[in-house]
Amino acid sequence: MTVAVSILPEQQLAVLNAAYRQAVARRRWRLLLGAGIFAAALILAAIGAEVNLRTLFTYFGNFISYFDRIFTLDSGQRVWTDLGEWLWGWRKWLKMLGETLLISYVGTLIGATFAFALNFFAAENTSPAPWLRFAVRRLLEFARTVPGIVFALIFVIAFGLGPMAGVLAIAIHSTGALGKLFSEIVENADMKPVEGIRSTGASWLSCMRFAIVPQVTASYASYALLRFEINVREASVMGFVGAGGIGQELVVAIRKFYYSDVSAILVTIIVTVFIIDITTGWLRGRLFGKEART
Amino acid sequence: MTGPQQVETREIRARYPDVFNRPALARLATPAMIVAAFAILIYGLVDLDFSPSRFLAGLSQLGWISLMMIPPDPGSSLPVYLKALGETLSIALLGTTLAALFALPVSLLAARNVVPSKILRFPVRRLLDSIRGVDTLIWALVWINVVGLGPFAGVLAIAVSDFGAFGKLFSEAIEGADQKQVEGIRASGGSALHEIRFGLLPQVLPVIAGQVLYFVESNTRSATIIGIVGAGGIGLQLAEQIRVLEWQKVSFLILMILVAVAAIDFISGKLRFAIIGRRAIA
Repeated sequence: MTVAVSILPEQQLAVLNAAYRQAVARRRWRLLLGAGIFAAALILAAIGAEVNLRTLFTYFGNFISYFDRIFTLDSGQRVWTDLGEWLWGWRKWLKMLGETLLISYVGTLIGATFAFALNFFAAENTSPAPWLRFAVRRLLEFARTVPGIVFALIFVIAFGLGPMAGVLAIAIHSTGALGKLFSEIVENADMKPVEGIRSTGASWLSCMRFAIVPQVTASYASYALLRFEINVREASVMGFVGAGGIGQELVVAIRKFYYSDVSAILVTIIVTVFIIDITTGWLRGRLFGKEART
Repeated sequence: MTGPQQVETREIRARYPDVFNRPALARLATPAMIVAAFAILIYGLVDLDFSPSRFLAGLSQLGWISLMMIPPDPGSSLPVYLKALGETLSIALLGTTLAALFALPVSLLAARNVVPSKILRFPVRRLLDSIRGVDTLIWALVWINVVGLGPFAGVLAIAVSDFGAFGKLFSEAIEGADQKQVEGIRASGGSALHEIRFGLLPQVLPVIAGQVLYFVESNTRSATIIGIVGAGGIGLQLAEQIRVLEWQKVSFLILMILVAVAAIDFISGKLRFAIIGRRAIA
């Protein structure tokens, strides 16, 4: 069976073709221009960051052999042939790992509490006064933008070396990050219950407690769990600046070239992060249904 | 007007047994969880050496520090700081670009609709997961061992740790793509490469571009801190000034970081909207 394909008259076709070519040409020019600007920015950045490809190629072997070295024991064997020797410090490491988890737990909980207290003032639909909203938002932004480890550096000087500085740094950073997410949830909440409760003459506090909070708790908990996951990673490096946790051990091992220790600590961190990810993912799925899993 | 209606509670109880007669287990679950959460919190506070006196002493110390930070003042080192800031931005841009370039082919290998074989996909995914499990700062330390101190180590650290994140995000974007276009290419006789080039990439490239821009933003933040371990950028200056207690310079540097991050946020937000439209911000 053959089907005749109808072809437009020559004149009409020419006009359409010309229009198509013009559109495509314009798009190509724009793409080319964008690519050009991007390439220029990259070259500038490469100069700024002192990129030296020769160094990279000369030493890239080192990167590969670094992994070879960290998986080799002092005796010259592979680490997995002698687990007892490889994980010789497991008691100490597990203790530090526990401390890391506690740091992130306590930090997340304190941060979530503050974020909970502040977010109603930051949300557009529930804030009692515009100036208050502005102030709280700037505060949260500040807490979120300054990296946690910078807070840790300053807190180590103010509160002394130790996990306390790490906890407070993580708490402040979580307050900023969670406060923003929480207030976005509140902004998406249904306002009809609030109107209903306000019409009975209730105060602002009761409106929040009985109209907003029941709508948002599940999402809050879900985000807080996600934050806990992120904070475990963050807490694992707090030790770099003396703010507690396993980072201390790791940075000593890397700086002093205790190769097999580096791999042992890294593997324990990665395994822990996996376990935490899977557990919180499962927990969020259980608590809040499938859609909250992302 | 009649007064409030007298409601027969017994009838309501009978009508909604689910609400009124919840099993004890379900009723106790929430308080039990809260109690458990607080128990762990208290244990944590004790174990991590929290004490009210230490906390108050630290707070007053912090108050002094904040007072000494005012007014922010770079002293005579403004040019050095500007250069360091430029270095930081360069690290973020280069690191993200490198990561995206390397992650794109690998993410194809990790996507279910491109590589159907689970045996092939599994190791790629686990590799990406492991890379992501290690923090950027740790990668920075490793790269410093390899290429020496300086911003180049920072670029490579960001590239490696983002490689893990991009691999996962890109492969998810690819898995979410519409298969019909791929099937169309296959039906017209295209090879596997044609399917990817003309069926998949046009769908996922805008999404990927949005994600890359978002990461340039967040990497500006990461790039400000990798200097703390010696991998270049403004973090190096910041850590140094904190160690020598030059608080006015510290506050100036923090302000510089805030302004730079806000500027990058603004620019990349505009670009993202231009590329993918307002809907997909995440």
